Amino acid sequence: MKVNVYVTLKPGVLDPQGKAIHHALEGLGFGGVADVRAGRFIELDVADGTSDADLDAMCAKLLANTVIENYRIERP
Amino acid sequence: MKTAVIVFPGSNCDRDMAVALERVTGKAPAMVWHRETELPDGVDFIALPGGFSYGDYLRSGAMAARSPILRAVSDAAGRGVPVLGVCNGFQVLTEAQLLPGALMRNAGLNFVCRTVPLTVENSQSLFTAAYGAGESINIPVAHHDGNYFADTATLDRIEGEGRVAFRYADHVNGSARNIAGVLNDAGNVLGMMPHPERAIDRAHGGTDGLRLFEAALGVLA
Repeated sequence: MKVNVYVTLKPGVLDPQGKAIHHALEGLGFGGVADVRAGRFIELDVADGTSDADLDAMCAKLLANTVIENYRIERP
Repeated sequence: MKTAVIVFPGSNCDRDMAVALERVTGKAPAMVWHRETELPDGVDFIALPGGFSYGDYLRSGAMAARSPILRAVSDAAGRGVPVLGVCNGFQVLTEAQLLPGALMRNAGLNFVCRTVPLTVENSQSLFTAAYGAGESINIPVAHHDGNYFADTATLDRIEGEGRVAFRYADHVNGSARNIAGVLNDAGNVLGMMPHPERAIDRAHGGTDGLRLFEAALGVLA
């Protein structure tokens, strides 16, 4: 079973990489971009029936650093 | 005095750290590989060196913080054994939740590699007792992810508890409140981005780092 995990910076945490991407987009002539936040996408291939609790623990213990990041788990 | 340096795949300041420890104690430290599950018996001081453990995969220090030896390091820290994390070692300590906060990409996105002035904020800790309060010292930094972040409540708490050991005198990497080094609540774990082990010999441009090791290793003149 494929599970998608999206790790994003918490609101309020400055994102220098997102800022740089934003500037680069503007440099390419793309106006009208208000903000860019960069995150991480992780695709897990787990055993069918892996519990929500286990997936949550994987995120909290390793995949995200909850001091600075939020995560969202997307099951099929 | 029995010291240990933890070595991860991708550590690159482990030998510098060993030289600094041996310079001060007269005895070579045990080099402990990350796959080990136990520290040498009776270890008195543990250092987590700089470098790029596990290629900085996922987040700097993230994989190292989950390596087998970190459980032993965490237990030792809980027993009061002094633990010093420098640069990547600082990142590992925050990822292992032995220290508060997180180290993010430098605000300017550049790798910063130069000697910077630090202010000694807490001169009472076991690591900093050889410095004067408010003393300015010069220590090299070399990092890409040294931008210290913690929420406001955490920053206020660690400041109030005197747990900011060092502060950058200038803006270096975007760190919250210019924090360069942080102590745990018991005061026996110090994480810092600057490299004191690179400032122990006049030939390296300065010796301001030496007193940190002398204080922490109990060999104050």
